[in-house]
Amino acid sequence: MSDVVDTVLVAGGEVVPQSSPEIVITAQGLTKRYGQFTAVDGLDLSIERGEIFGLLGPNGAGKTTTILMLLGLTEPTAGSVRVAGFDPVRDPLSVKTVVGYLPDNVGFYPNMTGKQNLLYTASLNRIPRKEAEERADLLLQDVGLAEAAGKRAGKYSRGMRQRLAVADALIKRPSVLILDEPTIGIDPEGVRELLAMLARLKQEEGMTILLSSHLLHQVQEVCDRVGIFVGGHLIAAGPVAELERELAREGDLEFRVSVVGPDGREASDSLLEELAREMRTLDGVGEVSAVRGTFTVTAAHDVRTAMAQAVIGKGLLPISLSQRGMSLDDIYDRYFREEANA
Amino acid sequence: MPDIPDINGSVALEPGQSGPGVTERAPRPRGRILPVGVGRVARKEFADHLSGMRFGILLVLIGVTTLAAVYAASSAIREAASSSVNVDFAFLYLFTVSGESLPSFTSFLTFLAPLLGIALGFDALNSERSQGTLSRLVSQPIHRDSILYGKFFAGLAVVGLALAALVVIVAGVGIVLLGTTPSGEEVWRLIVFIIVTVIYVGFWLALAQLFSVLFKQAATSALACIAVWLFFAVFASLIVGLIVDSAAPAGENATPAEVLRHEELSNDLNRVSPSTLYDEATSALLNPSVRSLGVLVYEQIDRALVSPLSLGQSLVLIWPQVVALLGCVILFFTIGYVLFMREEIRA
Repeated sequence: MSDVVDTVLVAGGEVVPQSSPEIVITAQGLTKRYGQFTAVDGLDLSIERGEIFGLLGPNGAGKTTTILMLLGLTEPTAGSVRVAGFDPVRDPLSVKTVVGYLPDNVGFYPNMTGKQNLLYTASLNRIPRKEAEERADLLLQDVGLAEAAGKRAGKYSRGMRQRLAVADALIKRPSVLILDEPTIGIDPEGVRELLAMLARLKQEEGMTILLSSHLLHQVQEVCDRVGIFVGGHLIAAGPVAELERELAREGDLEFRVSVVGPDGREASDSLLEELAREMRTLDGVGEVSAVRGTFTVTAAHDVRTAMAQAVIGKGLLPISLSQRGMSLDDIYDRYFREEANA
Repeated sequence: MPDIPDINGSVALEPGQSGPGVTERAPRPRGRILPVGVGRVARKEFADHLSGMRFGILLVLIGVTTLAAVYAASSAIREAASSSVNVDFAFLYLFTVSGESLPSFTSFLTFLAPLLGIALGFDALNSERSQGTLSRLVSQPIHRDSILYGKFFAGLAVVGLALAALVVIVAGVGIVLLGTTPSGEEVWRLIVFIIVTVIYVGFWLALAQLFSVLFKQAATSALACIAVWLFFAVFASLIVGLIVDSAAPAGENATPAEVLRHEELSNDLNRVSPSTLYDEATSALLNPSVRSLGVLVYEQIDRALVSPLSLGQSLVLIWPQVVALLGCVILFFTIGYVLFMREEIRA
């Protein structure tokens, strides 16, 4: 599996958009060590204007550390960063004026209302009071908190806090938006709304958005590109579809078929054994493993039709036939599991 | 060191680089002393303190004890005034004289003012952290130290305001009860008294803020502050007594030299405690007849004219105490500052 990943890494590390040369976020050899522990190891990254980039990885993969370095909230051990033309190490204030940030575990002053919280952020950004009020009202409307604007933030639910945090990140009218695990704690409907809002911000304002998440399937549709980040390494980066194609070409496809006897009951063991033997002889098939009536087959190319024919040829009925494939999700899952076992 | 901001704080954006939302920002002047954002943080903290329950409760506590102490003092003063000729600075006695059953205003303040500083500072930063507001705050275009400065100055301002109000109330009560008005010099002494008290509270505020950086839990930080406060309020003098009695014993048959050594050692050790420093400073400030804060042997006051010191002379007398207090404030603030600036703020 490791060569697959390496190939992708090379591809990912060098993804430099050809059409639009304006790169908003770049990182070169970005490394952060805490004592012996390396949180981020030689990260190369470039994100262009108006792009939504998903930084995906399990908890503790170094996503937050990377974001902190982009914002100048922590200093890299090695490597360099540029955000919107500024160096976060030398000039963190300039970076913070143009970058809106939604931190993980975001919170608000419980005794102030949602709107007051926004106004405070606005005042820290030196936005004149009158304009700040206007922006706050608009944003609260946008995130669906207009009715709760006068309510104390301490009484907000987790989902409302997260929406308020989005408004809070946007009140400075940033050109770059960095969101750390923005979908945590919101219901599926809220996630959908949030992602739609991000897509709109990208469309209408050309905002560059970097979001981190540990849930690929949640965010993959909104991301132009994703980077898979595990153990401080960016193991793959690129558009989701392209990564999947890339992986598919490597030929580690996986198919699963469940069969029953002609009467709809469980097929007899002898028949199943025969079927397994026949499947092994199919062109391109590698391994076949069977658990009762379900076969898992690895193959170099799509063998679904051949499998179906084999099943029917034995007088059995396929009740489900699917490509497990080495989709990105699987790669991702696999790395997560390795990480968890390690 | 992580992003220690440039104190000169110039983040002037070049015209071409200003992204959306930056355009209305004027370039900041060069050579500013305080970091960017102090005023804004301080304003919010100030409002928070004033509207908060905690400050209200303490203010009521201090207010009630103060009025009781002043009332008791005023009756004592009236009794004394009728039998004595010398009623110079009668007004200041309101603050320093203790009644029959109640300690004086200043001794109450010595005891309670630390609580004020602790209450305003013990959860300054750890609560921001646990609420999840700190990571939002540090991602705004302000210097990180402005959070510390802002909170500290807001605390001092609140304390100054409360003390000024308190002293004015006491003065009003005094005018009614005593029938005299404060003289010009008395007013100046009271103003200096307020400043010294703010510095004293500032010591506790700086300590509390340091603990709020040091301890992640607000409860731990509050307990640590109260432990230090109790130590200085109750145990320090007991421990000093023990040390002095063993190091420089002065029994019944002690020679004058031994007694002198005993007293001087005791004074020196007690001065480690900020409350002793504050006590000495206020006693000299509010009682112009205090001519020395150390040991006076008989020869030194022989044939001295008994007359009150001028304000300038009293200031000279308390100068070391005030500077020492101020030094402690700066020391603790700086330790907290360094720790906070080096810290990585994660969500």
